[in-house]
Amino acid sequence: MALLEVDGVHTYYGNIEALKGISLTVEQGEIVTLIGSNGAGKTTTLRTIAGVLRPRHGTVRMAERDLTKVPANQIVRMGIAHSPEGRRIFARMSVKENLEMGAYARNDRDLTPDFERVYTLFPRIKERLRQRAGTLSGGEQQMLAIGRALMARPKVLLLDEPSMGLAPVLVELVFKTIQEINVQGMTVLLVEQNAHMALSIAHRGYVLQTGKIVLTDTAPKLAANEMVRKAYLGEE
Amino acid sequence: MAAIVIGITNGAFIALIALGYTLVYGIIELINFAHGDLFMLGTFVCLTTLTLLGFGTEVGVSGTPWWALVIAILAAMIFCGVLNMLAERVAYRRLRRAPRLAPLISAIGVSFIFVNIGLFWQGPTPRRFPDLLPQYDFVSQLFGLHTLVRFTFKDLFVLALAIPLMLGLAWVIRSTRMGKAMRAVAQDSEMALQMGIDVDRVISFTFVLGGVLAGAAALMYGLYNNNTVFTLGFAAGLKAFTAAVLGGIGNVTGAALGGFVLGLLASLTVTYAGGQWENVGVFSLLVIILVFKPTGLLGQALGDRA
Ligand SMILES: Nc1ncnc2c1ncn2[C@@H]1O[C@H](COP(=O)(O)OP(=O)(O)O)[C@@H](O)[C@H]1O
Ligand SMILES: [Mg+2]
Repeated sequence: MALLEVDGVHTYYGNIEALKGISLTVEQGEIVTLIGSNGAGKTTTLRTIAGVLRPRHGTVRMAERDLTKVPANQIVRMGIAHSPEGRRIFARMSVKENLEMGAYARNDRDLTPDFERVYTLFPRIKERLRQRAGTLSGGEQQMLAIGRALMARPKVLLLDEPSMGLAPVLVELVFKTIQEINVQGMTVLLVEQNAHMALSIAHRGYVLQTGKIVLTDTAPKLAANEMVRKAYLGEE
Repeated sequence: MAAIVIGITNGAFIALIALGYTLVYGIIELINFAHGDLFMLGTFVCLTTLTLLGFGTEVGVSGTPWWALVIAILAAMIFCGVLNMLAERVAYRRLRRAPRLAPLISAIGVSFIFVNIGLFWQGPTPRRFPDLLPQYDFVSQLFGLHTLVRFTFKDLFVLALAIPLMLGLAWVIRSTRMGKAMRAVAQDSEMALQMGIDVDRVISFTFVLGGVLAGAAALMYGLYNNNTVFTLGFAAGLKAFTAAVLGGIGNVTGAALGGFVLGLLASLTVTYAGGQWENVGVFSLLVIILVFKPTGLLGQALGDRA
């Protein structure tokens, strides 16, 4: 059985149907990417999994447990952590406090190994612990958002456009780090408009178009697919 | 000079009430119109408690019944904390996702209800509040200086209670788990939810905190001014709200600072222009801030370190 399963999910904003029956699975240890152009419904999918949006039909299951009836503030306790679109770090709290908030739901209080892990992955974060998070650069804020999610010790990490607005060097660094986190055993569901980078690190992928999944395959096959190359990799 | 001492002491009550406005605004962007009236009910709780304990009509007692004051302040703090929490549950929670005007109107409704409870409880005329603190003036009796300036035991009492309460609040917000959760909810409640924070509980706690401070301010006000009336909440609320706006609504340090500034301003207005100008001064200040610097002196930032 898959670790995370999205099954026939329809999510609405008012009367607007943003997700028109999405099904996908993420297996333990995988990086799965969800690619698609702006407005396709990628963010909506992650927000539905994270419990901040409720599907009108369909279910989301984490380790066989139906999440659609779990309150949003309990989702993280089911093993799902979300680094959202636009990072949404707590700008007026310190960097350290942001990381602490990531671990808010945990019952074990010894966070030292988790802080150490984040510092090892993102040495720049360690230098800025006392600073207000809002004063960090875009790249540092992205690292903090991922670090904050890791502090929850999730089983699945949801990442929404971690490369957005970053300089190419930083994009490289962020993707390398995601790969590293995955090698250490983390399961990742990665949403990206930067399909090229996403497919280069993912095991499998789904292509989303106006609220529907139109294609799914292993990452190398998607990268070689004619339609994907034209629509999302900018090739003629 | 005398006006300055009175101003600082009055500033302390105003600051405590202003903190209740600013905490609630910081977390759910609601201007809690009923907050001044909650404070008024707090003075009634103190009055009733002291009366039940047998000190309702005392004037200038020889020994201050400290135990009764402790019971009265605790009663008011608990009462106001719980009532404020209930008001949120009943009148504001359902409207959290509604347009901004809806909870505001609901708050005005709660204000009416509180005022009428006050009217029913203690009647329409001003009530005497027992004068239970020692009549001691440090300036004349300790230093032997006979000037118009007085720094009495009452001033000391108010400041010695208000300042630790404010420092305690700052500590709660800065260092406790709940305080950090409050700041997270204030900044981004949806992300706070995803951190695993029970946002409803944090909001309830914030209303309790605001109420507790108003309850403490109520006993201080009563003992300092020796009177209360069911309409007290309007003037007190106006001053405190202005203080909160002055400091930057949502900003906790700003509300405390704004309280003292406003207390001084009000007391100087009364001394140099006359009592009838006090509310005019406060209202004018409110209008001036809203027109020229709506973010106040320190800007909105519950997220700041206290
Ligand atoms: N808060 C919202 N209210 C109404 N419609 C929304 C909202 N957020 C997104 N949408 C709509 O839902 C669709 C999917 O959006 P989104 O999931 O953000 O796409 P993506 O992340 O793939 O760019 C879009 O048509 C968008 O306009
Ligand atoms: Mg998106």
